[in-house]
Amino acid sequence: MSSSIESLVNREYQYGFVTDVESDTIEPGLNEDVVRLISSKKDEPQWLLDWRLKAFRRWQTMTEPHWPNLKYNPIDYQGARYYSAPKSVKPLQSLDEVDPELLATYKKLGISLTEQKMLAGVAVDAIFDSVSVGTTMKAELAKHGVVFCSFTEAVHDYPELIQKYLGSVVPYSDNFFAALNSAVFSDGSFCYVPKGVRCPIELSTYFRINAADTGQFERTLIVADEGAYVSYLEGCTAPKRSTNQLHAAVVELVALDRSSIKYSTVQNWYAGDKDGVGGIYNFVTKRGKALEDAKISWTQVETGSAITWKYPSVILQGDNSVGEFYSVAVVNNKQQADTGTKMIHIGKNTKSTIISKGISAGEGQNSYRGRVQMLPKATGSRNYTQCDSMLIGNKCGAHTFPYIEVANNSSTTEHEASTSKIGEDQIFYCKARGLSAEHAISLIVSGFCREVFKELPMEFALEAQQLLGITLEGSVG
Amino acid sequence: MTGGGAQYSEAFAALGGGGPPAWLADLRKAALAEFSTLGFPTTRNEDWHFTSVTPIAERTFRSAKPPSGAPPLTELLEAVTGDPAWPRAVFVNGSFDGSLSSLGGLPQGVRVNTLTAALKEEPEFMAAHLGKLATFDAQAFTAFNTAFAQDGLVVRVPRELKVPLPLHIIHVADAQAAGCMLHPRLLVMVEELAEFAIVESFVSFNGTEYFTNSVAEATVGNGARLHHYKVQRESREAFHVGTMQVAQGRSSLFHSFSYASGAALSRTNIYAKLLGEGAEVQLNGLYLIDGSQHADHQTFVEHIAPSCASRELYKGIVDGDAHGVFNGKVFVDPEAQKTDGKQSNHTLLLSPTARVDSKPQLEIFADDVKCTHGSTVGRLDEIALFYMKSRGIGAENARALLTYAFAAEVLETVELDALRDGLEHIAFQRFTHTDQR
Repeated sequence: MSSSIESLVNREYQYGFVTDVESDTIEPGLNEDVVRLISSKKDEPQWLLDWRLKAFRRWQTMTEPHWPNLKYNPIDYQGARYYSAPKSVKPLQSLDEVDPELLATYKKLGISLTEQKMLAGVAVDAIFDSVSVGTTMKAELAKHGVVFCSFTEAVHDYPELIQKYLGSVVPYSDNFFAALNSAVFSDGSFCYVPKGVRCPIELSTYFRINAADTGQFERTLIVADEGAYVSYLEGCTAPKRSTNQLHAAVVELVALDRSSIKYSTVQNWYAGDKDGVGGIYNFVTKRGKALEDAKISWTQVETGSAITWKYPSVILQGDNSVGEFYSVAVVNNKQQADTGTKMIHIGKNTKSTIISKGISAGEGQNSYRGRVQMLPKATGSRNYTQCDSMLIGNKCGAHTFPYIEVANNSSTTEHEASTSKIGEDQIFYCKARGLSAEHAISLIVSGFCREVFKELPMEFALEAQQLLGITLEGSVG
Repeated sequence: MTGGGAQYSEAFAALGGGGPPAWLADLRKAALAEFSTLGFPTTRNEDWHFTSVTPIAERTFRSAKPPSGAPPLTELLEAVTGDPAWPRAVFVNGSFDGSLSSLGGLPQGVRVNTLTAALKEEPEFMAAHLGKLATFDAQAFTAFNTAFAQDGLVVRVPRELKVPLPLHIIHVADAQAAGCMLHPRLLVMVEELAEFAIVESFVSFNGTEYFTNSVAEATVGNGARLHHYKVQRESREAFHVGTMQVAQGRSSLFHSFSYASGAALSRTNIYAKLLGEGAEVQLNGLYLIDGSQHADHQTFVEHIAPSCASRELYKGIVDGDAHGVFNGKVFVDPEAQKTDGKQSNHTLLLSPTARVDSKPQLEIFADDVKCTHGSTVGRLDEIALFYMKSRGIGAENARALLTYAFAAEVLETVELDALRDGLEHIAFQRFTHTDQR
C-alpha cells in the first residue's frame, strides 16, 4: 500500500471536539420511570406517553439482533443516559439568542447557520444533543404551508398529524432498536408538505451528539401529502469520545399519492481511533412508504461511526410507485458497516433502483445487505441492483448479502455485484499523466462513487466529498 | 423443531451400534448425538431460510430393507440418461446390486468398492478419510447420513491415471422404498494428475414417498481433475437432500454439474475448498421444476489458497406453483490473493404463481481479487417471442424454443456427449409438453 493511501486512511478525525455547555442530564439507566420522566420533561400528551410505554414494554421482551456481520462489545443499556438537553436552551425566537458557543461549534463544522441561510437558501434545524436549538427560514416555509419543526414542537402544534403518522411506517414493535427509540426518543424533526406543494428550499437538519455517554435517539417523520415534493438533507458529525455511544434513530417517510420525497444523508459520526477504541454505534431504522405514483429516493454517504447498521428501505405499496437507494459507504481502521436497503414491491408496476458503492480500507469491514421482494400482486415490477466494492489495503473486507425474492413472473429483477482492488494500472496511468498518487486515488474513488454523488444536492455533494475520509476531487454534482 | 435424533434413536439401535470397526461406531454415535442436538434445520437457520424441511421433519422414515426383486436391466438403462457402455454401480433402495452393476470397463488401478467391502478390505484408508471432509458440525443432514449410511461407494483413482470412461452410479428407488430413508455415501479420492468423471443418477421406478439423503466427499489431488455430474430425477413425491464436499489441491480442477427436475422437495449442497494454489472450480446447475415442486441449490466456495478461480452458473426454469432457490456463497480468505471468482444465477419464471429466491453472496477478506456475481429473474422476452411469431413460428413452439435456448447454455457445459444429449432430450420434451411425467 502506498504511503499516501496510508496517510489518507489513517487521517485523524477532524471534528473531534467537545462543546462545554452545561447540560440537563438525567441519571444513567432505563426503566418505565425514565420513560415517564422523558415524556414529562417534554410535556407530552398522555397518548404519546402510552405509546412510549407500549414500546418500552415491547422492547423488554425483545433481544438484540446479532444477525448482522458485525462484531462489537455488548451494549450496556442500563449504563447509558437517556436524556440530555443543553440547559441554556429555552424557547428561542432567532439565531441571535443561540448560545454563542454552540454557534461556534457549528462554525467549526463548517455550517455557519447564517452563512448557509444566505448562500444556500437552506433552512437548518440544528439538533444539539436532544433539543432543537434553532430553526431558520420558518417564515419562508410557512408561506407555502410547509411545516418544518422539531418533533417536540410538532407534538404540541400538530398532534393530529403526529398521531396519524407516528409509527405508521416503522411500528414501535418493528425491531429491537426501533422499539428502544420509540420508548425514549428525545427529539428530532418533523416535516409536512401540504397537497400539491413543492417545498421551495431544501430542508436540512444537522445532527450532533455532544454530552458524554448520552445515547441519542432521534425521530424523524416526513409526510409529503398528495402531489407534494420535498428534498431533505441530514448530516452528522460528532465530537471525539473514548467510550462507545449508541445512536438508534428512526426515520419514517410517508409519501402519499403522486408525491415525492428525496432524503439525503451524510453520516460522519466519530468512528473511533485507529485501534477501534470509541466511536459511535449507529443502529438506525429508516423506512419510507410510497403510495400510488409516489417516489422515495434515499441517498446516503456513510463515512463515520465505529459500527453502522442501517437499511433505508422503501415499501412500494401503491401502484406505479418508485423507490431508489444510492449509497456510498466507506470504512477504514476498524470500522464496520452492515448497510443496504430493502425494496418491498407490493403495488403493480413498481420500480426500484439500488446503487451501492462500498469502499473498504485499513481493517474495515463493509457489508452490503439488501432485500428485493416482489410480492405476487406486484405484477409488471422492476428492480435493478448494482453493488460494487473497492478494496484498499489487504486487511479489509467487503461482503455482499443480497436476498432476491420474486413471487410473480411478470416482474424482472437484475442484480450485479463486483469486488475488486483499487486499480494499480489506473493509478499508474494517472501518475504517468503527472498526477500525484493521492490525486490519482481521489480521482479513481470519485469516479467510483460518481453515480451516487450525482444524486446528492449540490452543496451536500461538496460536503460529502470532504467527509468521505479520502480526499476526493473531480467532477461531482 | 428439535429432537431429530430422538425420532430415529430406535432405528439407530436396530443397526446394532454402527460398527465394527470401533472408530466407525464412535463416529456414528457422535453423528447421532450431533443430529439429536441440532434437530432438523428450521427457516430461522440462515442456510435454510428459503427452504422449509417440515415435510421431512414431520415424518419418521423407516430404514430401507434390501429389495426382494430388482428392476430389469434394460428398463433401468432406459430410465437413466447416459451411455449404457459406461461402467456402472447400481444401488436399489440404498443397497448395492452386483447383478445390475458392471465395473469391468474401468482400467486397472481404479479401485471401486462398496462401503461395506471397503471397511473390511481397506480399513486404514477408510479410517483416514471417511467423514473427514464431510464433517457434520452444524450440518444436520450430514450427521443424519453419517449415523445411518449403510451402503455406498468408495472410489480411488491412482496417480496420473486418466480414466477414459465415466463411472455411472445409479440410485434407484422402487415401490418398496415407500416410507423409507436412503442414506447413500460416496467417498472419492483422485490422486495427483489423475482424471476422472462420475455420473450420479437418482431415479425411481414406481417410487412414491421416500427420502434420499446422500453425502459425498471427494479429494482432488494436485493437478488432478474430477468431473461430477448429478442427475436428480427422483419420484415427484420423494424428498432429496444431497451434500457434496470437495477439497482441491494445487492446480486441480473440480467441475460439478447438477441437474434437478425430480422430488417434491430437493436440496443440493456443494461445498468446495480451494486448498492449493491455482486450483479451479466450476459449478453449474440446471433446475426444471413445476407443480408444487421445490428445488434448492446451495454452493459454498472457499478460496483458501491464492490464485484460484471459481466459476458458477446456475439456471432455473420454474413453472406452476413451484419454488426455486439458489444460495451461492463465495468466501475469500485473507491469504487468497489473486482470486478470480464469478457467479451467476438466472431464473426464468414460466407461470404467474412460480416463485424464486436467490441469494448470491460474497465474503471477501483479501484485497487483490476480482469477484463478481449476478442474478436475474424474469420471464420470456416478449419481443423475442413476437419476432419468432413474425417469422412464422407458432407461439407454443417459440416459447419452447426460447425456454430451451435458456437452458442450453448450462447444458452445453456437460462434456459427456451421451449425458448431454439425454438431458437435452428430456428438457426439450418437457418444454414442448411431450414428456410422460
